[in-house]
Amino acid sequence: MFADLTDRQWLWCAAGFYSVGLLLGTASLVRGGRIRGLLIYGAILAGYALQFIGLGVRGRAAGGCPLGNEFEIFQFTAWSAITLYLVVGVTFRSSVLGYFTSCLGAALTILSLSIPSWDAVRRTHIFGGNPWIELHASLAIFSYGVFGLLALTSTLFLFRHFSLKSKRLGGWFSFLPSILDLDHIEVRLLGTGALLLTLALLFGSIYWSRDTANVGYAKLTATVMVWAVASIAFALRVSGRLISKRFAWTCLALFAAALLSLGAVDESRHPVAPAAEHRVTP
Amino acid sequence: MTEPCLFVIGATHHNAPVEVREKLAVDSESALRGQLASVQGLREIAILNTCNRVEFYGVGASEAALDSVQAVYCARQQFEVGQFEKIRIRLTGVDAALHLFEVASGIDSQLVGENEIFGQVKEAYAAAQASGSTGAVLNRLFQKAFQAAKHVRTHTGISSGRVSVANVAVDLATNIFGSLADAKVLVLGTGEIGEGTAKAFKSRGADDLAVAGRRIERATEVAGGLGAGTVKFEELDSHLASYDIIVCSTSAPTAVVRTSAISAAMKRRPARPLLLIDLALPRDVEASAADLQNVFLYNLDDLAKIAESNRAAREAEIVRCRELLSQRAAGLWEHVQRYLATGPDGDAPKPGSAASGPAPAPRTEA
Repeated sequence: MFADLTDRQWLWCAAGFYSVGLLLGTASLVRGGRIRGLLIYGAILAGYALQFIGLGVRGRAAGGCPLGNEFEIFQFTAWSAITLYLVVGVTFRSSVLGYFTSCLGAALTILSLSIPSWDAVRRTHIFGGNPWIELHASLAIFSYGVFGLLALTSTLFLFRHFSLKSKRLGGWFSFLPSILDLDHIEVRLLGTGALLLTLALLFGSIYWSRDTANVGYAKLTATVMVWAVASIAFALRVSGRLISKRFAWTCLALFAAALLSLGAVDESRHPVAPAAEHRVTP
Repeated sequence: MTEPCLFVIGATHHNAPVEVREKLAVDSESALRGQLASVQGLREIAILNTCNRVEFYGVGASEAALDSVQAVYCARQQFEVGQFEKIRIRLTGVDAALHLFEVASGIDSQLVGENEIFGQVKEAYAAAQASGSTGAVLNRLFQKAFQAAKHVRTHTGISSGRVSVANVAVDLATNIFGSLADAKVLVLGTGEIGEGTAKAFKSRGADDLAVAGRRIERATEVAGGLGAGTVKFEELDSHLASYDIIVCSTSAPTAVVRTSAISAAMKRRPARPLLLIDLALPRDVEASAADLQNVFLYNLDDLAKIAESNRAAREAEIVRCRELLSQRAAGLWEHVQRYLATGPDGDAPKPGSAASGPAPAPRTEA
C-alpha cells in the first residue's frame, strides 16, 4: 500500500504530522494549559520520518540531493531545521520551541506543497556529477535550516523579552525558557549556521573559480550577502555590540534574507525539466 | 450511630485566627497521644500539628470516639468546647479522606500549592506510626494521600508560581538566568527582607552572594550567616558590573542606585542581563533604569502583582485538583468501608501503645 505513495504524498503526510504538532500546541495555548512537549515531539518525529522518506524517494529519482526547484529547496530547508531541532532541540527542554518548530515545519512544507508552479519543473543534473557541488548545495541549504531554527529561537527571545519588560510572566509566557538560555542558543545557532555557510561557499568557490560564467550574478550576490549578514552579526554579537532585542531582530531578518535569496539561487541553475512524481518502487 | 468511622477533627487557618491557633497548638504530641489512648473505642489516631492547623485523623468504633477525642483535646488545651465547636472542622468517611488528600496536596494551605505541608503530613504520619497508633485504615489513608498529593502536583499547575515576595523574586530571576548556580547576587541592605530574599536565592542554588550595608559590622554579620561576601556601601557603583542580580532593601530616603551608575556598569557587561529587585520604600533604584537595554527592574508593586497572578492561577487549578482527589478518595473509601464493615474489632493497635519520644514542636506551614 505504502509503495504506491508518491514522494509528494509522503510529503503531504509529513506536513499533516507537523500540523498535528501545531494544532496540539495551539489547543494547549488556547486552553491556557501546559504545552504537551512529548506529544508535539512525537508528531514532529513522525513528520520528520515521513518527510525523510518523501525526500529520499525524490532524491533517488533525481540521483542526488533533491534541490532542483523551489519546492525541493523549501522542503529541504524545513527538513534541515527539524533535523537540528530533533538532534539538539531536546537539550533546550522547551516545549514552546517544539511548538514553534512544528509551526515552521508545517508552514514551509504546506506552502511548498500548495504552490504547484514551484514543483512544475526541476533542474536536472544541477550538480553536474560533481560531489563537491552537491556538498556545497546541501551544506548551504542546511545552514538555511539552521537559520530557520535561529529565527524560531529569536522569536521566543522577543516574546520572553516582552514578558520581562512588561512584567507579564503568567500564562503561556511561563513556558518560555530563560532569556539568557535563549540568548546562548541564538549565539550557538548563528555561529553554527555561519560556519556551515562559510564551508558551503568555500566548496562552491572552488567550482566557481574554475567556471565563473556558469554561476549567476544574482545567486552570487544573494548568497554572499546572506553569508556577510550572518558573519557580521555573529562578530558583533560576540564583541557585545549587537545584543538583546536588536540581535534577535537581526537573526529574524537573516532568515528572511535567506528565504528571499532562494529565488535567486534557484533561478541561476540549468537545465530545466518537467518534474515528475516518484514512487517508492518505480 | 454505632458503625465504625474514619474521622478528622481539628482547627485550621480557615476559621481560627493566629491568636486562637496559638492556644490550640499542641506542645507535646506524645503526651496527648498517651491521653488519647484511654479514649474508649478509638482504634487509630494521628495528629497533624502545624502553625496553621491542628488536626486529629482517627478511626473510632463509633462517632462517639470522635467526641471523646475532642473532649480530651479541649480539656488539655483548656479551651472551651463550645468555642472549639464554632471553629472546628469535623468530617467523617470519604470527606475525611478527601480532606487529608487536599491538605497533603497543599490546596488547603494558606498559600495554596505550597510544598512544606507535604513534609509535615509525612512527619505526622511517621510519628503516629512510630508510636504504634496507626493501623490498617490510617496506614492506607496516609499512603494514598501521599500518592494523591504527588499525582496532583505532577499533573496540575497547583505548585507552579510562588507566593512570597522572596520566592517570586527568585522565580523571576530564573526567568532571566535559568539556573542560578552561576548568577552573582548582591543584597543591598541588611534588613529582614533583604536577608530573607538572599536566603531564598541561596536555597535555589545561588552560591555567589554578597551583602552591602551602610553599617559594615551588620553587613558582615548578615553575610556571615549566609556564607556570603561583603561589599563596601560607598564602593557600590564600582561593583555593580560584577553582579547579575541586585536585591535592594535599604531604608534610605532617596535612591541609592542611580541610572547613570547602572548604565556605566552595563557598558562593561553589555550582553549579560541585570536584574534589579527593589524591595525598598521609598525606592532604592531610579525608575528610569528600567529603560536601559538588558536591564530588568522590578519593585515591590511589580512583585506583588506577580504573586497575586500566581495565586489566582493556582486557585484555578484547585478545581482540577479537587476532581482528581475526589476520584482517588472515593476509590480508597470503597476499600476502607469494606474493611470497617467486616474487619475484626480491636485488632488494630491502641493509640499510644508504643513508646515514643517527645513530639516535635509545631511546624511552620508556609
